[in-house]
Amino acid sequence: MDCKNIIEVIEIQDFYQRVIEMKMHSWRLAQICAVRIDSGYEMSYSFCKDYDMITLRLLVGMEEKISSITQIYPCAFLQENEASELFGVQIESLDPNYHHKLYRIEKETPFKEKG
Amino acid sequence: MAKRSIIPFGPQHPVLPEPIHLDLVLEDETVVEAVPSIGFIHRGLEKLVEKKDFKQYVYIAERVCGICSCGHGMGYCEAVEHVMNIQVPPRAEYLRTIWIEMSRIHSHLLWLGLLADALGFESLFMESWRLREKILSMMDATTGGRIIFSVNCVGGVLKDITPEMLREISQTMDDMERELKPIMETFLHDYTVQSRLCGLGVLTRDQAILYGAVGPMLRASGVEYDVRMTGYGAYGDLEVAPITAADGDSYARCEVRLKELIQSFRLIREAIGKIPEGPIAVPVKGSPSGEYFMRIEQPRGEAIYYVKGNGTKNLDRFRLRTPTTSNIPPMLETVKGCQLADVPLLVLTIDPCISCTER
Repeated sequence: MDCKNIIEVIEIQDFYQRVIEMKMHSWRLAQICAVRIDSGYEMSYSFCKDYDMITLRLLVGMEEKISSITQIYPCAFLQENEASELFGVQIESLDPNYHHKLYRIEKETPFKEKG
Repeated sequence: MAKRSIIPFGPQHPVLPEPIHLDLVLEDETVVEAVPSIGFIHRGLEKLVEKKDFKQYVYIAERVCGICSCGHGMGYCEAVEHVMNIQVPPRAEYLRTIWIEMSRIHSHLLWLGLLADALGFESLFMESWRLREKILSMMDATTGGRIIFSVNCVGGVLKDITPEMLREISQTMDDMERELKPIMETFLHDYTVQSRLCGLGVLTRDQAILYGAVGPMLRASGVEYDVRMTGYGAYGDLEVAPITAADGDSYARCEVRLKELIQSFRLIREAIGKIPEGPIAVPVKGSPSGEYFMRIEQPRGEAIYYVKGNGTKNLDRFRLRTPTTSNIPPMLETVKGCQLADVPLLVLTIDPCISCTER
């Protein structure tokens, strides 16, 4: 079976609207991944429909805040809390926000430092 | 409104094989909310990819979890192979498929035993795990390891299976299918099992999609989605179809796993019948540069492996979105409204693997 598996780089101001479009076209949220890069974070939001997968790629500055997508995809809360607690990504309107209580670990944001 | 109280559940609990903690908010005996916390055994394995050679990292990926070990190794290797444009020999793809289907049989029988144990049905637990021993012996005979058997490598597999052993595996699948029948009959038709599972933790089709369920949990709600349909490994040559159930309750999740066992026996026999001759690995030169999202249907559901290479022997990032990560939000939804006494059983029906989630 030939399946689409593409990465679409998107500007931060277009992100929320694009996620709403994905939801309206029945794409389900498959995963959220944070990667530390020199300038901050690379956030990848993967969506699946049938067996196709589209990943929206967002470049976020170290102190830049991004909107949570939990209002659109409620199941995003676990992986967004994970990105916040392990990487220190600043996510606004995250619901529920566990405020660093999801992961019972001693070190705060252990994946924030590279290397 | 009844008085609310909070009951801590886990991380150590007789029914939970692995540590997850839930703060259960109750009104009398009814759960109105569950707040999770994890991280009790977090190992930072994803971070290790920055320190290890990408070929060495296969051994770490395989140790994210015991039950899903082969699939994790395969998912990681296939992701790296996509980045490096490596064409894996067909025989290696078949061998990977045979081993990952053995892992599925192992995982589902393990879960059935744990379920029977949680129900207090000791003889059913022992029968399920007696049968599981046969697949563990097959893993041992073909790889030298019963649980974590490290057969994957970037570019193929490390071990071959002889024609004699393939015939023995095929015969064992026949025997196991015959021996599973009475166990299956008991799980699906025994009054005690039905009374504990039917109608418990119902997840509708719409809820399953909305809350991001995967694997048997998703298919038990009537959604036809099985990543094996994408044709990775040797699945493109085999007859695979998603196994579904309609009711979305705990019984339906049990039914899907039982029927997937029969499917796995058939898939292994089919793969043995079609396995081509040839090499089992190709040499790998250079280092990965680029990124790829690879999906694998693990026993517990869709797992996503992301690798990002920078042209050196160390990867920039490896991310594993495990099936349990996806199944926790729908599980938290299904416990709402259930009785406190049913929570352990309900948590068990998602087949949680916290070890995978705490990678």
